[in-house]
Amino acid sequence: MYSRKFDIKDEEIFQLLRDISDWYGYDFTEYSKASMKRRILRLINLDNFANFNSFRNRIKLDEVYFLRFVEEITVNVTEMFRDPKFFRSLREDVLPNIAHHSFIKIWHAGCATGEEVYSMAILLHEAGLLEKSLLYATDLNAQVLETVSKGIYPLRHMKLYSENYINSGGKFDFSNYYTANYDNVKFSKFLVQRLVTSTHNLVSDGSFNEFQLILCRNVLIYFEKQLQDRAIRLFDASLEVGGYLALGSKEALKYVDVYKRYQHVGKEKIWKKLS
Amino acid sequence: MEKTILSIPSHLVVIGGSAGSLHVMLSMVAQLKSNANVSIVFIMHRKAAADDLLTPLLQSRTKWPVIEISDKDPLLVQTVYVAPADYHVLIEKDFTFSLDVSEKIHFCRPAIDITFESAADLFRHSATGILLSGANADGVEGLIYLKDRGGICMVQDPETAEVPYMPKQAIEKVAIDRVIHPDEIATYINSLI
Ligand SMILES: C[S@@+](CC[C@H](N)C(=O)[O-])C[C@H]1O[C@@H](n2cnc3c(N)ncnc32)[C@H](O)[C@@H]1O
Repeated sequence: MYSRKFDIKDEEIFQLLRDISDWYGYDFTEYSKASMKRRILRLINLDNFANFNSFRNRIKLDEVYFLRFVEEITVNVTEMFRDPKFFRSLREDVLPNIAHHSFIKIWHAGCATGEEVYSMAILLHEAGLLEKSLLYATDLNAQVLETVSKGIYPLRHMKLYSENYINSGGKFDFSNYYTANYDNVKFSKFLVQRLVTSTHNLVSDGSFNEFQLILCRNVLIYFEKQLQDRAIRLFDASLEVGGYLALGSKEALKYVDVYKRYQHVGKEKIWKKLS
Repeated sequence: MEKTILSIPSHLVVIGGSAGSLHVMLSMVAQLKSNANVSIVFIMHRKAAADDLLTPLLQSRTKWPVIEISDKDPLLVQTVYVAPADYHVLIEKDFTFSLDVSEKIHFCRPAIDITFESAADLFRHSATGILLSGANADGVEGLIYLKDRGGICMVQDPETAEVPYMPKQAIEKVAIDRVIHPDEIATYINSLI
């Protein structure tokens, strides 16, 4: 919620983002401003700063606090099998067409705490492809990646995830994929083993491999148009011809010229690279 | 380019609703007229479901285009925009929408508060927030924010609301400009020319 104690001007936010880019090399200047403003006001409230200047100074002088800033400014909310129809389409329209590769590489860009990556690993397992697959899970926020490599999640979410799993076309008992321990579950080792995590910033980092499938869902909504274009170009450069790009359910490729070389597949936000 | 600039509405009406708000919207959109210089953003609490029929249902009742918001969609005049299930909706300075999947507010995503606040930031005194029937606490904070920035605050007359909690809460906590009968919402919107 916005604070009503004080308001901050758009210029102040923009100046702070420019300074942060100078001080720490993280560039948030091309993030969507309305949502950036909300995140900043939320953090100022949460940490009880008296005014915008003391917030700004803390970021400048305290490197550890800057890490908190990154963790809190990014939106790391995610779910397993979010949009079950999307995962159904991966099962039906994508996996059969990449199955012939002797080695399958998949990139989850902006994976947050990794629920989507484990969902993908389960799909691959059920298609008999997991053993020859590697899932690269990257995010700008190093903190969330620790959760990804541990594969430990709250038990209370499993009811929803299990429903989502079934709606995505899952035919097995979802609870077979994890062991429960008090309030948490730990996903099975054969899933965790196929994951590789690394920090990667879509604003400044380049291509690091060639993939058969790239997923970047609900990350581009936080970027302004130019930055979206940069990310899409990066995905294009990291995708083999015949590979697939998947975006969030309200995101599209339509404003980027790269689009001409891609073909929309199925009913979800999935495109195949033609050339 | 020029055309896009001309087609930005001079007034924005954000309508928030929860339980019992659908039929109010359905009869309201049927009465929208073509000389209004306004757009409507409808934020309705509902479960994320594969077969979300809200947008086609509204479209079947009105000549105005009804659009479920996607990332970066432009805000155009005489259009009814619907917040997609499971996304918060904000409006940017360049009159495009941005979406956000951050934490639920009052257990809601989309949250009415967020769009009221964002509309207030951009449209100030040319923003109207209307809170309809519902059992949730969402929307009140947003109305207070909107009021502080010169916007116009309305609630559905609780007497007419299927679930009066939401409008009643707002009346208690915000200096409401108008308690409106559902039949008069379209008349009000049509008067914004
Ligand atoms: C809402 S989550 C999306 C999680 C998952 N893909 C899903 O759809 O459920 C957005 C993620 O994008 C990450 N992110 C934001 N900016 C980024 C950037 N410049 N480079 C890489 N990741 C970024 C955030 O840290 C966050 O974890």
